[in-house]
Amino acid sequence: MRRTTLWYGSLVVAEKNMRIYYLKAPVLIFGIILPFFLCLAFVMGRDISLSSFVPGVVGMTLFFTSSSVGPLVTPWERNARTYERLLSTPLSLSAILLGDVISGFIYGLAISFLPVVLGVTIFGCGLDNVSLLLGGIVVGAFSFAALGVLLSAPHTGAPSHIMMLSALIRFPIVFLSGVFVPLEKMGQTGRMIALFSPLTYVVDIMREAFHGGSYYPLGMDFLLVVAYFFGLFYVALHLHRRGLTKSF
Amino acid sequence: MEKAVVAEGLRKSFGTVVAIDRISFWVNSGEVFGFLGPNGAGKTTTVRILTGILKQDSGRVLVMGVDVLREPTRAKQSMGVVPEQANAYGDLSPWQNLMLMGKIYGVSKRLRERRAEQLLSVLELLDRRDDKVREFSRGMKQKLLFAIAVLHAPPLLFLDEPTSGLDVQSARLIRQMIDQENRRGTTVFLTTHNMDEASRLCHRIGIIRRGDLVAIDTPEQLRKAIEERQLVEVKFNREPGDTGNLRKLQGVGRLEVAGGIVRLFTETPDSVIRELVAYAQKNGLEFVSLNTSPPTLEDVFVELTK
Repeated sequence: MRRTTLWYGSLVVAEKNMRIYYLKAPVLIFGIILPFFLCLAFVMGRDISLSSFVPGVVGMTLFFTSSSVGPLVTPWERNARTYERLLSTPLSLSAILLGDVISGFIYGLAISFLPVVLGVTIFGCGLDNVSLLLGGIVVGAFSFAALGVLLSAPHTGAPSHIMMLSALIRFPIVFLSGVFVPLEKMGQTGRMIALFSPLTYVVDIMREAFHGGSYYPLGMDFLLVVAYFFGLFYVALHLHRRGLTKSF
Repeated sequence: MEKAVVAEGLRKSFGTVVAIDRISFWVNSGEVFGFLGPNGAGKTTTVRILTGILKQDSGRVLVMGVDVLREPTRAKQSMGVVPEQANAYGDLSPWQNLMLMGKIYGVSKRLRERRAEQLLSVLELLDRRDDKVREFSRGMKQKLLFAIAVLHAPPLLFLDEPTSGLDVQSARLIRQMIDQENRRGTTVFLTTHNMDEASRLCHRIGIIRRGDLVAIDTPEQLRKAIEERQLVEVKFNREPGDTGNLRKLQGVGRLEVAGGIVRLFTETPDSVIRELVAYAQKNGLEFVSLNTSPPTLEDVFVELTK
C-alpha cells in the first residue's frame, strides 16, 4: 500500500467529483445554462460588435463554469452523508478541497474552449496570442474554482441554499468586472469596485489575448489572479476546518 | 499486551456543552472493544476524535502507536471506519465505491479488484456490483460500508452502530464478518445499542454516561458488579392478588408484574425460591413456570447509565 499524498489524494477526489457532479442539474444550470442566457439577454437587440464581446464571454464562461462545481460538492456530500466517510480516510482536508478545486478547474477549462472556438470561427474574432489565452484560462480557472470551494464553506443541510448564495455572489461580480462594459468605459466608482474582483483581471488578460489593449499591465493581472487563488483557497480551508465542528 | 488504541484525558465541548470530559481508556490489540452509552452520552464524539474526524480540546489519542492529531494521515491509514449514519456514494456502483476507497488508501489495482470481488461475494452483493448504490436497501448499503471499511485490510476497525436498523439476516451477516475479521487479528472498536450483540462479540466493554466513562471491564465482570439484580421469574396458575406480600419476602429487592408474570430482583435467588414455594402453598397457588437468570448486560447498562 502506498501512502496517500496531497497530490495523489486530491486527484482521486477530483476523479470522484467528475464522475458524480459534472452532470448534476445545479452545476449545469448555474454553470452553463444561466450564463448562456445572460449573454443572450445582453447581446440580443443591441447594436454591438459580437467579436468585441468574445473576450468578456470567455472570461464570464470560465468564471461561471469553474466556480459552479465547488459550491455543490461539500453541501451535497454533507446532505448525502458521504462527507464523514471521506473525512475518516487518510485524505487531509487540504487534499479534499484541492480535489474540489481541480474538478472545478477541469470543468471550467473544458467548457470555456467552446466560446473561444465559436468566437474565432463563427464571429470572426481574431486571436492574437494563444499562449496568453491559455495562461489566462489556466490561472483564471484555478482562481474561480477556489472561489467555488470557498462558497461551499457555510454549513447548511441543503445544497440548494449554497447554490442560491453562490448565484447571489457571482452574478454581481460579472457586472462589476468589465465583462459587459469595458473598464475604460466604467465610472470611477465602478473601476474601484472592479479592482476587488478576480474576474476583472482574467477578462483583461482575455482582451489582450484576443485583440490587444489590456487595461492593466499583464504581469499585474497574472500576479493578482494567482494571489486570488492562494487567498481564496487559504480562506476556504480555514472556514471548512472551522465548520467541521458545526458539521457534527 | 500491545495497545491498538490509547486515549488519554480526552475532552471535547461544543460551546457550553461538554460532550466528553477527560476520559481515558485503551483497547488491546486483537480484542473487540464495545463502547456503550445512551443517546447523547458522547459515544459518537469519542469515535470521531479517535478516527481523526474531530479534534479534541485536550488529551491525546494514539492509534497503532501513532498520534492521531500529529500524524492523521498515517494514523487513518491503519484504520477502517464505518461512521454513524454514513453512506456510500449513491451515484456510484458498489464496485466504483470500492475502487474509489481502494485508491484513496493506496491499494494496488490488482489487490483492490481481488479484495472487492471477494468482499462483494461474501456480502452477497456481487450480482449487484454495477447497479447504482442509491437503489439499494439500507441493509445492502450497510454491508457495502462494511466492505469499504475492510477493503484495505486495516489492523483496526471502528464500527459505529454497524447493525443499527438492519434486518435480522443482514445484522447477522455483519456480526459474522466482525467475528471473522477479529479472528484474523483485527482489533475492533464497536459502538452499539444492541446489548446482545455487545455481549456476544466484545471481549471488553466501556460504558459512557454524560461524557464520563463509568465502567470498563469484561461483560462477565460487569454482570458480577450488579449481582443483586439476579432475576427470579414466576408465573402462577392465577393472579397472586396483593403483590405487596410478595414484595415482603426475604431477599427481594424489587418487584415487577407484567402479563401475569412476577419478576423479583434479588441477590439471593435460592432463598427467594424457597420463600416462593412456602408462599404458594400457603395461598393455594400452583406454579406454571419458575425461572432464574443472572443480570444481563442490559441490566448492567441500565444500572450504570440511570
